[in-house]
Amino acid sequence: MSFMDFFRANRKKSASVAKGRLQVIIAQQRAEVGGPDYLRVMQEEILAVVKKYVEVDDDAVKVQMEKAGECEVLELNITLPDGHVA
Amino acid sequence: MAKIIVITSGKGGVGKTTTSAAISTGLAKRGYKTVVIDFDVGLRNLDLIMGCERRVVYDFVNVIKEEANLNQALIKDKRVDNLYILPASQTRDKDALDLEGVKKVIDDLAKDFAYIICDSPAGIEKGAMMAMYFADEAIVVTNPEVSSVRDSDRVLGILASKTQRAEENQEPVKESLLLTRYSPERVEKGEMLSVDDVKEILAIPLLGVIPESQSVLNASNSGQPVILDEESDAGNAYEDAVARLLGEEVPHRFLDIEKKGFFGRLFGG
Repeated sequence: MSFMDFFRANRKKSASVAKGRLQVIIAQQRAEVGGPDYLRVMQEEILAVVKKYVEVDDDAVKVQMEKAGECEVLELNITLPDGHVA
Repeated sequence: MAKIIVITSGKGGVGKTTTSAAISTGLAKRGYKTVVIDFDVGLRNLDLIMGCERRVVYDFVNVIKEEANLNQALIKDKRVDNLYILPASQTRDKDALDLEGVKKVIDDLAKDFAYIICDSPAGIEKGAMMAMYFADEAIVVTNPEVSSVRDSDRVLGILASKTQRAEENQEPVKESLLLTRYSPERVEKGEMLSVDDVKEILAIPLLGVIPESQSVLNASNSGQPVILDEESDAGNAYEDAVARLLGEEVPHRFLDIEKKGFFGRLFGG
Protein backbone atom coordinates (compact mmCIF):
# COMPACT_ATOMS: atom_id res chain seq x y z
CA MET A 1 0.00 0.00 0.00
CA SER A 2 1.62 3.23 -1.08
CA PHE A 3 0.97 6.80 0.05
CA MET A 4 -1.09 7.52 -3.07
CA ASP A 5 -3.28 4.48 -2.48
CA PHE A 6 -4.64 6.20 0.62
CA PHE A 7 -6.56 8.58 -1.63
CA ARG A 8 -7.78 5.84 -3.91
CA ALA A 9 -9.02 3.64 -1.08
CA ASN A 10 -12.67 4.69 -1.34
CA ARG A 11 -12.99 3.05 -4.75
CA LYS A 12 -13.76 -0.65 -4.42
CA LYS A 13 -10.96 -2.71 -5.94
CA SER A 14 -12.01 -4.68 -8.98
CA ALA A 15 -10.21 -7.81 -7.76
CA SER A 16 -12.41 -8.07 -4.69
CA VAL A 17 -15.51 -7.54 -6.86
CA ALA A 18 -14.27 -10.40 -9.07
CA LYS A 19 -13.73 -12.67 -6.09
CA GLY A 20 -17.20 -12.00 -4.70
CA ARG A 21 -18.88 -12.64 -8.06
CA LEU A 22 -16.91 -15.85 -8.55
CA GLN A 23 -17.81 -17.21 -5.13
CA VAL A 24 -21.52 -16.76 -5.89
CA ILE A 25 -21.49 -18.14 -9.43
CA ILE A 26 -19.30 -21.11 -8.59
CA ALA A 27 -21.46 -22.13 -5.63
CA GLN A 28 -24.48 -22.03 -7.95
CA GLN A 29 -22.62 -23.89 -10.71
CA ARG A 30 -21.58 -26.68 -8.32
CA ALA A 31 -25.16 -27.05 -7.11
CA GLU A 32 -26.59 -27.30 -10.62
CA VAL A 33 -23.99 -29.49 -12.30
CA GLY A 34 -24.62 -33.17 -11.76
CA GLY A 35 -28.20 -32.44 -10.77
CA PRO A 36 -31.01 -33.31 -13.13
CA ASP A 37 -31.72 -30.94 -16.03
CA TYR A 38 -35.30 -30.31 -14.91
CA LEU A 39 -34.25 -28.33 -11.78
CA ARG A 40 -34.27 -24.97 -13.56
CA VAL A 41 -37.66 -25.54 -15.18
CA MET A 42 -39.13 -26.89 -11.95
CA GLN A 43 -37.86 -23.81 -10.14
CA GLU A 44 -39.65 -21.56 -12.64
CA GLU A 45 -42.91 -23.51 -12.32
CA ILE A 46 -42.85 -23.50 -8.51
CA LEU A 47 -42.20 -19.76 -8.60
CA ALA A 48 -45.23 -19.28 -10.87
CA VAL A 49 -47.43 -21.26 -8.46
CA VAL A 50 -46.19 -19.32 -5.42
CA LYS A 51 -46.82 -16.05 -7.26
CA LYS A 52 -50.46 -16.97 -7.75
CA TYR A 53 -50.95 -16.67 -3.99
CA VAL A 54 -48.19 -14.41 -2.65
CA GLU A 55 -46.33 -11.53 -4.18
CA VAL A 56 -42.70 -12.59 -4.12
CA ASP A 57 -39.46 -11.59 -5.85
CA ASP A 58 -38.25 -13.49 -8.92
CA ASP A 59 -35.42 -15.02 -6.90
CA ALA A 60 -37.65 -16.09 -4.00
CA VAL A 61 -37.51 -19.78 -4.86
CA LYS A 62 -34.24 -21.70 -4.47
CA VAL A 63 -33.99 -25.33 -5.51
CA GLN A 64 -30.94 -27.39 -4.72
CA MET A 65 -30.01 -31.04 -5.06
CA GLU A 66 -27.62 -32.46 -2.49
CA LYS A 67 -26.14 -35.85 -1.83
CA ALA A 68 -26.38 -37.10 1.74
CA GLY A 69 -24.70 -40.49 1.80
CA GLU A 70 -26.71 -42.75 -0.47
CA CYS A 71 -29.71 -40.41 -0.50
CA GLU A 72 -30.31 -37.47 -2.78
CA VAL A 73 -31.99 -34.59 -1.02
CA LEU A 74 -34.02 -32.01 -2.90
CA GLU A 75 -33.94 -28.80 -0.93
CA LEU A 76 -36.60 -26.21 -1.62
CA ASN A 77 -36.35 -22.73 -0.14
CA ILE A 78 -39.06 -20.13 -0.59
CA THR A 79 -38.47 -16.68 0.84
CA LEU A 80 -41.66 -14.78 1.64
CA PRO A 81 -41.62 -10.99 1.76
CA ASP A 82 -41.24 -9.15 5.08
CA GLY A 83 -44.42 -8.56 7.00
CA HIS A 84 -46.27 -11.30 5.22
CA VAL A 85 -48.98 -12.91 7.34
CA ALA A 86 -49.78 -16.47 6.46
CA MET B 1 4.36 -47.59 -15.22
CA ALA B 2 3.89 -44.44 -17.29
CA LYS B 3 2.24 -41.48 -15.65
CA ILE B 4 -0.45 -39.81 -17.74
CA ILE B 5 -0.90 -36.08 -17.14
CA VAL B 6 -3.55 -33.94 -18.84
CA ILE B 7 -3.03 -30.20 -19.27
CA THR B 8 -6.52 -28.74 -19.27
CA SER B 9 -8.45 -25.54 -18.51
CA GLY B 10 -11.86 -25.28 -20.14
CA LYS B 11 -11.18 -21.78 -21.38
CA GLY B 12 -9.04 -21.21 -24.46
CA GLY B 13 -5.96 -19.04 -24.68
CA VAL B 14 -4.86 -19.41 -21.07
CA GLY B 15 -1.61 -21.25 -21.82
CA LYS B 16 -2.34 -24.99 -22.12
CA THR B 17 -0.07 -25.58 -25.10
CA THR B 18 2.69 -23.34 -23.73
CA THR B 19 2.44 -25.32 -20.49
CA SER B 20 2.37 -28.71 -22.24
CA ALA B 21 5.51 -27.79 -24.18
CA ALA B 22 7.30 -26.44 -21.10
CA ILE B 23 6.38 -29.28 -18.71
CA SER B 24 7.19 -32.05 -21.18
CA THR B 25 10.51 -30.43 -22.09
CA GLY B 26 11.31 -29.98 -18.39
CA LEU B 27 10.59 -33.63 -17.60
CA ALA B 28 12.69 -34.83 -20.55
CA LYS B 29 15.57 -32.53 -19.53
CA ARG B 30 15.58 -34.29 -16.18
CA GLY B 31 16.03 -37.61 -17.91
CA TYR B 32 12.44 -38.92 -18.01
CA LYS B 33 11.39 -40.32 -21.35
CA THR B 34 8.41 -38.12 -22.20
CA VAL B 35 5.89 -37.87 -25.01
CA VAL B 36 3.52 -34.94 -25.46
CA ILE B 37 0.30 -35.55 -27.42
CA ASP B 38 -1.70 -32.80 -29.14
CA PHE B 39 -5.42 -33.62 -28.71
CA ASP B 40 -6.57 -30.50 -30.54
CA VAL B 41 -7.54 -32.28 -33.76
CA GLY B 42 -8.29 -29.73 -36.50
CA LEU B 43 -6.48 -26.88 -34.70
CA ARG B 44 -2.98 -28.28 -34.34
CA ASN B 45 -0.60 -25.91 -32.56
CA LEU B 46 1.70 -27.86 -30.28
CA ASP B 47 4.02 -28.55 -33.24
CA LEU B 48 4.46 -24.77 -33.74
CA ILE B 49 5.19 -24.10 -30.08
CA MET B 50 7.66 -27.01 -30.05
CA GLY B 51 9.22 -25.77 -33.32
CA CYS B 52 8.75 -29.03 -35.24
CA GLU B 53 5.90 -27.98 -37.58
CA ARG B 54 7.87 -28.77 -40.73
CA ARG B 55 8.68 -32.28 -39.58
CA VAL B 56 5.07 -33.50 -39.25
CA VAL B 57 4.32 -36.35 -41.65
CA TYR B 58 1.91 -38.63 -39.84
CA ASP B 59 -0.25 -37.71 -36.88
CA PHE B 60 -2.28 -39.01 -33.91
CA VAL B 61 -5.35 -39.73 -36.06
CA ASN B 62 -3.28 -41.66 -38.63
CA VAL B 63 -2.08 -43.89 -35.78
CA ILE B 64 -5.59 -44.39 -34.40
CA LYS B 65 -6.88 -45.30 -37.87
CA GLU B 66 -3.86 -47.60 -38.34
CA GLU B 67 -2.70 -45.67 -41.40
CA ALA B 68 0.71 -45.28 -39.78
CA ASN B 69 2.47 -46.81 -36.82
CA LEU B 70 3.57 -44.91 -33.72
CA ASN B 71 7.24 -44.79 -34.70
CA GLN B 72 6.34 -43.12 -37.99
CA ALA B 73 4.22 -40.48 -36.28
CA LEU B 74 6.38 -39.66 -33.25
CA ILE B 75 8.71 -36.69 -33.77
CA LYS B 76 11.92 -36.79 -31.78
CA ASP B 77 12.88 -33.40 -30.38
CA LYS B 78 16.21 -32.12 -31.71
CA ARG B 79 17.19 -30.15 -28.61
CA VAL B 80 16.35 -32.43 -25.72
CA ASP B 81 16.94 -36.16 -25.48
CA ASN B 82 14.04 -38.32 -24.31
CA LEU B 83 11.42 -35.95 -25.73
CA TYR B 84 8.89 -36.92 -28.40
CA ILE B 85 5.90 -35.12 -29.91
CA LEU B 86 2.76 -36.78 -31.28
CA PRO B 87 1.06 -34.10 -33.39
CA ALA B 88 -2.67 -33.74 -33.96
CA SER B 89 -4.24 -34.05 -37.38
CA GLN B 90 -4.94 -30.69 -38.98
CA THR B 91 -7.41 -31.92 -41.60
CA ARG B 92 -9.86 -34.02 -39.60
CA ASP B 93 -12.20 -33.05 -36.78
CA LYS B 94 -12.54 -34.22 -33.19
CA ASP B 95 -14.89 -37.03 -34.15
CA ALA B 96 -11.84 -38.83 -35.52
CA LEU B 97 -10.95 -39.57 -31.89
CA ASP B 98 -12.63 -42.44 -30.09
CA LEU B 99 -11.96 -43.86 -26.65
CA GLU B 100 -10.93 -47.25 -27.93
CA GLY B 101 -8.41 -45.80 -30.40
CA VAL B 102 -7.00 -43.32 -27.89
CA LYS B 103 -6.66 -46.08 -25.30
CA LYS B 104 -4.72 -48.26 -27.70
CA VAL B 105 -2.25 -45.49 -28.52
CA ILE B 106 -1.80 -44.55 -24.86
CA ASP B 107 -1.32 -48.18 -23.85
CA ASP B 108 1.35 -48.57 -26.52
CA LEU B 109 3.12 -45.39 -25.44
CA ALA B 110 2.93 -46.44 -21.78
CA LYS B 111 5.19 -49.42 -22.50
CA ASP B 112 8.00 -47.13 -23.55
CA PHE B 113 7.57 -43.76 -21.82
CA ALA B 114 7.76 -42.52 -18.22
CA TYR B 115 5.44 -39.55 -18.83
CA ILE B 116 2.60 -39.04 -21.28
CA ILE B 117 1.50 -35.40 -21.40
CA CYS B 118 -1.91 -34.81 -22.99
CA ASP B 119 -2.40 -31.27 -24.34
CA SER B 120 -6.17 -30.77 -24.20
CA PRO B 121 -8.14 -28.57 -26.58
CA ALA B 122 -10.26 -25.79 -25.05
CA GLY B 123 -13.88 -26.47 -24.22
CA ILE B 124 -15.50 -29.54 -22.71
CA GLU B 125 -16.40 -31.27 -25.97
CA LYS B 126 -15.13 -34.57 -27.29
CA GLY B 127 -11.45 -33.66 -27.77
CA ALA B 128 -11.17 -32.35 -24.21
CA MET B 129 -12.99 -35.37 -22.79
CA MET B 130 -10.64 -37.73 -24.66
CA ALA B 131 -7.57 -35.86 -23.43
CA MET B 132 -8.58 -36.19 -19.78
CA TYR B 133 -10.24 -39.63 -19.80
CA PHE B 134 -7.16 -41.76 -19.05
CA ALA B 135 -5.32 -39.22 -16.89
CA ASP B 136 -3.65 -40.02 -13.57
CA GLU B 137 -3.01 -36.35 -12.91
CA ALA B 138 -4.46 -33.09 -14.18
CA ILE B 139 -2.77 -29.72 -14.35
CA VAL B 140 -5.51 -27.10 -14.51
CA VAL B 141 -4.13 -23.99 -16.23
CA THR B 142 -5.92 -20.86 -15.03
CA ASN B 143 -5.56 -17.11 -15.57
CA PRO B 144 -6.37 -14.84 -12.61
CA GLU B 145 -9.55 -13.66 -14.32
CA VAL B 146 -13.23 -14.49 -13.71
CA SER B 147 -14.12 -16.48 -16.83
CA SER B 148 -11.00 -18.62 -16.64
CA VAL B 149 -11.53 -19.43 -12.94
CA ARG B 150 -15.16 -20.33 -13.52
CA ASP B 151 -14.27 -22.62 -16.44
CA SER B 152 -11.53 -24.26 -14.38
CA ASP B 153 -14.04 -25.06 -11.66
CA ARG B 154 -16.31 -26.63 -14.28
CA VAL B 155 -13.42 -28.74 -15.58
CA LEU B 156 -12.61 -29.89 -12.03
CA GLY B 157 -16.19 -31.15 -11.76
CA ILE B 158 -15.78 -33.11 -14.99
CA LEU B 159 -12.42 -34.58 -13.90
CA ALA B 160 -14.15 -35.85 -10.78
CA SER B 161 -17.00 -37.52 -12.65
CA LYS B 162 -16.23 -38.28 -16.31
CA THR B 163 -12.74 -39.81 -16.27
CA GLN B 164 -11.80 -43.48 -16.25
CA ARG B 165 -10.68 -43.18 -12.64
CA ALA B 166 -14.07 -41.71 -11.67
CA GLU B 167 -16.10 -44.21 -13.66
CA GLU B 168 -14.19 -47.20 -12.30
CA ASN B 169 -14.19 -45.91 -8.72
CA GLN B 170 -10.41 -45.77 -8.56
CA GLU B 171 -8.40 -43.21 -6.67
CA PRO B 172 -9.42 -39.82 -8.14
CA VAL B 173 -7.35 -37.92 -10.70
CA LYS B 174 -4.75 -35.87 -8.81
CA GLU B 175 -5.51 -32.22 -9.58
CA SER B 176 -3.22 -29.23 -9.31
CA LEU B 177 -3.47 -25.56 -10.20
CA LEU B 178 -1.08 -23.72 -12.49
CA LEU B 179 -1.78 -20.00 -12.43
CA THR B 180 -0.46 -18.29 -15.56
CA ARG B 181 -0.09 -14.68 -16.76
CA TYR B 182 0.22 -13.52 -13.17
CA SER B 183 1.08 -9.90 -12.54
CA PRO B 184 2.12 -9.12 -8.93
CA GLU B 185 1.94 -5.40 -9.72
CA ARG B 186 -1.72 -5.59 -10.67
CA VAL B 187 -2.49 -7.84 -7.70
CA GLU B 188 -0.91 -5.29 -5.39
CA LYS B 189 -3.10 -2.55 -6.90
CA GLY B 190 -6.19 -4.67 -6.34
CA GLU B 191 -6.80 -5.06 -10.06
CA MET B 192 -6.14 -8.78 -10.33
CA LEU B 193 -7.22 -11.83 -8.32
CA SER B 194 -4.33 -12.99 -6.12
CA VAL B 195 -2.91 -16.53 -5.94
CA ASP B 196 -4.64 -16.92 -2.58
CA ASP B 197 -8.00 -15.78 -4.00
CA VAL B 198 -7.86 -18.36 -6.81
CA LYS B 199 -6.60 -21.10 -4.47
CA GLU B 200 -9.44 -20.37 -2.07
CA ILE B 201 -12.08 -20.51 -4.80
CA LEU B 202 -10.84 -23.62 -6.62
CA ALA B 203 -9.56 -25.39 -3.49
CA ILE B 204 -6.86 -27.51 -5.14
CA PRO B 205 -3.08 -27.61 -4.47
CA LEU B 206 -0.90 -25.06 -6.25
CA LEU B 207 1.66 -26.47 -8.69
CA GLY B 208 3.06 -23.12 -9.73
CA VAL B 209 2.58 -19.50 -10.70
CA ILE B 210 3.89 -18.34 -14.06
CA PRO B 211 4.39 -14.57 -14.24
CA GLU B 212 3.11 -12.55 -17.20
CA SER B 213 6.23 -12.33 -19.30
CA GLN B 214 7.45 -11.12 -22.66
CA SER B 215 9.56 -14.27 -22.86
CA VAL B 216 6.48 -16.46 -23.49
CA LEU B 217 5.68 -14.69 -26.76
CA ASN B 218 9.37 -14.66 -27.70
CA ALA B 219 9.46 -18.41 -27.12
CA SER B 220 6.41 -19.12 -29.26
CA ASN B 221 7.69 -16.77 -31.98
CA SER B 222 10.82 -18.86 -32.28
CA GLY B 223 9.34 -22.31 -31.59
CA GLN B 224 11.38 -22.88 -28.43
CA PRO B 225 9.56 -24.09 -25.29
CA VAL B 226 9.92 -21.19 -22.82
CA ILE B 227 11.48 -23.49 -20.20
CA LEU B 228 14.61 -23.61 -22.37
CA ASP B 229 15.04 -19.85 -21.86
CA GLU B 230 17.03 -19.97 -18.65
CA GLU B 231 17.19 -16.19 -18.40
CA SER B 232 13.42 -15.76 -18.28
CA ASP B 233 11.23 -15.56 -15.19
CA ALA B 234 8.48 -17.61 -16.88
CA GLY B 235 11.01 -20.29 -17.85
CA ASN B 236 12.32 -20.45 -14.29
CA ALA B 237 8.79 -20.62 -12.91
CA TYR B 238 8.07 -23.62 -15.19
CA GLU B 239 11.32 -25.21 -14.04
CA ASP B 240 10.07 -24.91 -10.43
CA ALA B 241 6.68 -26.36 -11.40
CA VAL B 242 8.38 -29.41 -12.96
CA ALA B 243 10.38 -29.91 -9.74
CA ARG B 244 7.15 -29.80 -7.70
CA LEU B 245 5.49 -32.21 -10.12
CA LEU B 246 8.31 -34.63 -9.30
CA GLY B 247 7.65 -34.21 -5.60
CA GLU B 248 10.38 -31.72 -4.72
CA GLU B 249 9.60 -28.89 -2.33
CA VAL B 250 10.47 -25.63 -4.02
CA PRO B 251 9.47 -22.18 -2.71
CA HIS B 252 7.24 -20.08 -4.97
CA ARG B 253 9.05 -17.23 -6.70
CA PHE B 254 7.72 -14.29 -8.73
CA LEU B 255 4.73 -13.72 -6.41
CA ASP B 256 5.89 -10.34 -5.20
CA ILE B 257 6.86 -7.15 -6.95
CA GLU B 258 10.55 -6.54 -7.25
CA LYS B 259 11.45 -4.04 -4.57
CA LYS B 260 11.08 -0.42 -5.61
CA GLY B 261 13.06 2.50 -4.25
CA PHE B 262 11.77 5.00 -1.68
CA PHE B 263 10.05 7.25 -4.22
CA GLY B 264 8.59 4.29 -6.03
CA ARG B 265 6.98 3.13 -2.82
CA LEU B 266 5.83 6.59 -1.86
CA PHE B 267 3.98 7.27 -5.08
CA GLY B 268 2.98 3.73 -6.03
CA GLY B 269 2.30 2.76 -9.59
